[in-house]
Amino acid sequence: MIESRDLHLFYGKKEALKGINLTINKGEITALIGPSGCGKSTFLRTLNRMNDLIPNVTITGNVLYNNENIYNPQTDIVELRKKIGMVFQQPNPFPFSVYENVVYGLKLEGKRPKEELDEIVETSLKDAAVWDDVKDKLDKSALALSGGQQQRVCIARVLAVKPEVILLDEPTSALDPVSSGKIENMLFELKHQYTMIIVTHNMQQASRISDRTAFFLDGKLIEFDKTKKIFLNPSEKKTEEYISGKFG
Amino acid sequence: MEDIQRRLLQKSKKARLEQIGKTVSFICILFIVVVVAAIFYFVMSKGLATFVKDGVNFFDFLFGTEWSPGTVGADGKPLTGALPMIVGSFLVTLLSAIVATPFAIGAAVFMTEISPKIGKKILQPVIELLVGIPSVVYGFVGLTVVVPVVRRTFGGSGFGILAGTFVLFVMILPTVTSMTVDALTAVPRHYREASLALGATRWQTTYKVVLRAAIPGILTAVVFGMARAFGEALAIQMVIGNAAIMPASLITPASTLTSILTMGIGNTIMGTLENNVLWSLAMLLLLMSLFFNILIRIIGKKGEFKS
Repeated sequence: MIESRDLHLFYGKKEALKGINLTINKGEITALIGPSGCGKSTFLRTLNRMNDLIPNVTITGNVLYNNENIYNPQTDIVELRKKIGMVFQQPNPFPFSVYENVVYGLKLEGKRPKEELDEIVETSLKDAAVWDDVKDKLDKSALALSGGQQQRVCIARVLAVKPEVILLDEPTSALDPVSSGKIENMLFELKHQYTMIIVTHNMQQASRISDRTAFFLDGKLIEFDKTKKIFLNPSEKKTEEYISGKFG
Repeated sequence: MEDIQRRLLQKSKKARLEQIGKTVSFICILFIVVVVAAIFYFVMSKGLATFVKDGVNFFDFLFGTEWSPGTVGADGKPLTGALPMIVGSFLVTLLSAIVATPFAIGAAVFMTEISPKIGKKILQPVIELLVGIPSVVYGFVGLTVVVPVVRRTFGGSGFGILAGTFVLFVMILPTVTSMTVDALTAVPRHYREASLALGATRWQTTYKVVLRAAIPGILTAVVFGMARAFGEALAIQMVIGNAAIMPASLITPASTLTSILTMGIGNTIMGTLENNVLWSLAMLLLLMSLFFNILIRIIGKKGEFKS
């Protein structure tokens, strides 16, 4: 579904990604693991072209999404980002009401009948497992929610625009274990509807929810395989060392 | 043993230095507070003397439309109606703020969202330069350029609220713009990222998220500009015509609290009604600027970003 081919990325002169070849399958959760600064978040952000926002970034190579190169100059980035949603490390709801947060992406497209919006808000919040927490506070500011609730509202906001792929950049690292657990369960539930790629520092999280795991080190993809294989019987020594906590 | 005891009980050199530092900075802040309090006391006592000593009715002062403190009206009371100046001050302030705000927002959006590079390198220094130009220069340009243009385009003498609005608009624009720029740059980056990642264009992100999140900051900027406009004396005095009559239109000569103050304060004798009533105008100005300050505080508090 998504395929990166010999992807290099430079911040100025510093090479942050050194030729990544990776294929992501539809309907799977792919976990990206590796020590801080290894390029996993950078790689994730190349997939919806969020790195375009940073000055002095040069990217070579291809990223194919449904067999189209998204780095083709003719690519409609706005359309691309509607198809490939993103959840960030820090919960980042807009300083609006919960309801307005969820419908934000939909309203960009133009006006829709109120009933339709209401319905999408409800299903999105239900899918994000936060409906019960916020159903009475839809018109309250999203900033008044707890961190875990905010993050799930942010996920609902992404679900509302019905993307095909969801990129998650350490979505639980700023949250407490209970909230993290809720989000993990929710992601697991959503697996059959969406293709997901999750960056995580939490090894247990990767092993619990992902189908495949990619191990990054120093801007290179060291190993990419079924999660079970990576955690139980990695072929690379570096992978084994990282997973067993010898470095990173 | 004794040595340790002495060291613990005696103040060390460092501790004494700290004490001195605290005292010095406290004296400095005390000085400022005393000066401000003294100004308030002086202006208030002088300004209130009009009503207490000279027996002018406060409401006659606020709502009276005839201003000629030296002469006595038909009812035997001096003509101390300040309404023409109050109206003049508020009109030029509001009009210039209304005209300046869209320009300031547009310029600020360009500088922060559209072209931060040009914004930082070229526009920022230009705006800082504009802030630093003395108001007499603005007034002079107003007198030689704006007034004739108004005269030719709209008729009349050219002096009046309209010319004053133009001059004040140019004067407050840089302040309002640079404060709006601050308000927009204070909007956390992650709001923009979240919006873009949902498939919003940059323009949608700017007006649906950035501008909306920055509303309190922008309001603060506008109120700050209004406070400047309200208190500006010299430039406005040069172009408004200084006729203490109710403004009949935007192009007939009018006056503001500040312009009447600067015109009159040197020509009256301390302690007389003519002088005291000018102090009453000053008191109004002071109260208004206090009001603007409080307003800025309130809006600013509402708009703080929780990260």
